[in-house]
Amino acid sequence: MISNNRQFVTGAEAAVQGALDAGAEMMYGYPITPATEVFTIWIKKGQKYLQTEDEIAAGFGVCGAVIAGQKAFTCSAGPGHILMQDAISMAEGMRLPFVAVIGQRGGPSSGTVIYSQQEVILSCFGGNGEGHRLVYSPSNLDELYRLTALAFHEAWQYKFPAIVLTDGYLLKTKGILDETKAEPAKAHPLINEETFRHWRNIYNFEEELRDEVLKMENDFAAAAKEAARAEEVQTDDVEILLVAHGIVGAAAKEAVDILRGQGIKVGLFRPITLRPLAKEKLDKAAAKAKKIIVIESSLGQLARLVRDQLAPEISTPFDYLQKPAVGIEVEEIVNFVYGI
Amino acid sequence: MEFKPAKFCPGCGYPIALMLLAKAIEKAGLSKKAVIGLDIGCALLAWDHLPINTFQTHHGRVTSTMLGFKRAKPDSFCVAVTGDGGAYAIGLQNLLHAAKRDEPVFVLVINNTVYGMTGGQSAPTTLKNQKTDTHPEGNLDEPFFGPELLKNLVAAGAFLARTAVNEPKQMQEFFERAIAAQKAGHFSLLEILSFCPTNWRTRGAETIAYLESLKQAFKTGEV
Ligand SMILES: Cc1ncc(C[n+]2csc(CCOP(=O)(O)OP(=O)(O)O)c2C)c(N)n1
Ligand code: SF4
Ligand SMILES: [Mg+2]
Repeated sequence: MISNNRQFVTGAEAAVQGALDAGAEMMYGYPITPATEVFTIWIKKGQKYLQTEDEIAAGFGVCGAVIAGQKAFTCSAGPGHILMQDAISMAEGMRLPFVAVIGQRGGPSSGTVIYSQQEVILSCFGGNGEGHRLVYSPSNLDELYRLTALAFHEAWQYKFPAIVLTDGYLLKTKGILDETKAEPAKAHPLINEETFRHWRNIYNFEEELRDEVLKMENDFAAAAKEAARAEEVQTDDVEILLVAHGIVGAAAKEAVDILRGQGIKVGLFRPITLRPLAKEKLDKAAAKAKKIIVIESSLGQLARLVRDQLAPEISTPFDYLQKPAVGIEVEEIVNFVYGI
Repeated sequence: MEFKPAKFCPGCGYPIALMLLAKAIEKAGLSKKAVIGLDIGCALLAWDHLPINTFQTHHGRVTSTMLGFKRAKPDSFCVAVTGDGGAYAIGLQNLLHAAKRDEPVFVLVINNTVYGMTGGQSAPTTLKNQKTDTHPEGNLDEPFFGPELLKNLVAAGAFLARTAVNEPKQMQEFFERAIAAQKAGHFSLLEILSFCPTNWRTRGAETIAYLESLKQAFKTGEV
């Protein structure tokens, strides 16, 4: 067990520390704000790396490395993340423990680099498959550290690609990282010298692929029992349920405290994993509430996931606070709740 | 050495090249250490053909995948099998940089002058005036010479060559050279001019004659 005491770090440093503590061995990368520092800090720590010619090569380098049994990862953002989906799609199809730290950029196109929650759908469903990926959304430094380490553990345990979905704000934030104590993840070669493996991602018959996808779906549902995570705040007697993730989730949590102080029965459901979503917890909280407010720095990418996953018999009405590509302050959330 | 039945068209050049590759690997004592990555193109048909660890990748991405494998497991012998389209069109950027960095992987390019898998469209290697599905009136520009292009980029010790599937002796020699290059820590690329009777719409002797005619444009030998 690796144990460091409290440190003053940036988000990028926290993510790198999480990767290191999980035993990451190799990084492939191509610079892009706001993810670049994850790569350069990794390099400054003297770790193995390769700066590739583009994100496509970085992504496929990770694929090759993990097939050989190496805990490799990459980082990217926005337009780079789009290119990387080629490799993530192969990783999904071949069940490769691919790990990426993604700093969302405001989009479309090259957009902006600080606030955005516009890569939610891309992370969760950015391939020609069914979205069998683990997508983590940290809300603060400590979580960025822990979820980056967890991404390695769960990618290798469940053999699904894992994305730590953060943003420029959190990656650049400086703060105290509480004691870090992630265990190294266990890895093993997916091809070895003793058994000749013949491994495809192209199928001759539609039915073969259907069976393969259904098996993945089963495995994903089984993994979700442990891997789907959410934080619930004051949901026992909730009347107004806020739903928010990442740094917006952190603002929503503060808003809950303020509003509770004024006697308003507000609670928060904060998905820690966007894929798989902690469906049962969501249903339970949503069924109690009289109103659900989905709050996000996007025009409804989280809302789409939530509405899609919510049990159909739950008829609680929705409201939305959506600010594409900009941050959302605690006061705005408080005022929004007052307004309804 | 056992080969599972190939799924290539009758008269295809791929299985000839792959069989000699497997033999060279066996002769070098590398059957267990060898790993073959397949680009998407007709190469993908070899996924369970050889008694060697083999996996499919994505179109144009086999070089990047195999260098990731090789860096993680330096004692492996990594082969990236790709078509001319995978190597010189969609995957060119990755190929150039792998060569420039002298990544110790062996890139085996099967040059059939067309996109075989998708039914005979033009490739970067398609000859000027050659008729394909995407240039029914004849291709407009000159073909692409991969090993020659890489020549300016690679480090001393890298191996670049071109041969043809009807030159078994030279193929065997070049496979040995590629193995030696990787053992010494260097990049290698061997382009093999190969039969595609299906898309050339040729039969028997015609197919061989067409391959021979390709040697006029694509010079065989070490580059
Ligand atoms: C990203 C992507 N684009 C296009 C395709 C469709 N595609 C499959 S094989 C191929 C061309 C193959 O040609 P080549 O690389 O020369 O291999 P050959 O089949 O001739 O051996 C194409 C365009 C694909 N699979 N993936
Ligand atoms: S299409 Fe051409 S290259 Fe592909 S298997 Fe058939 S003959 Fe071989
Ligand atoms: Mg071809």
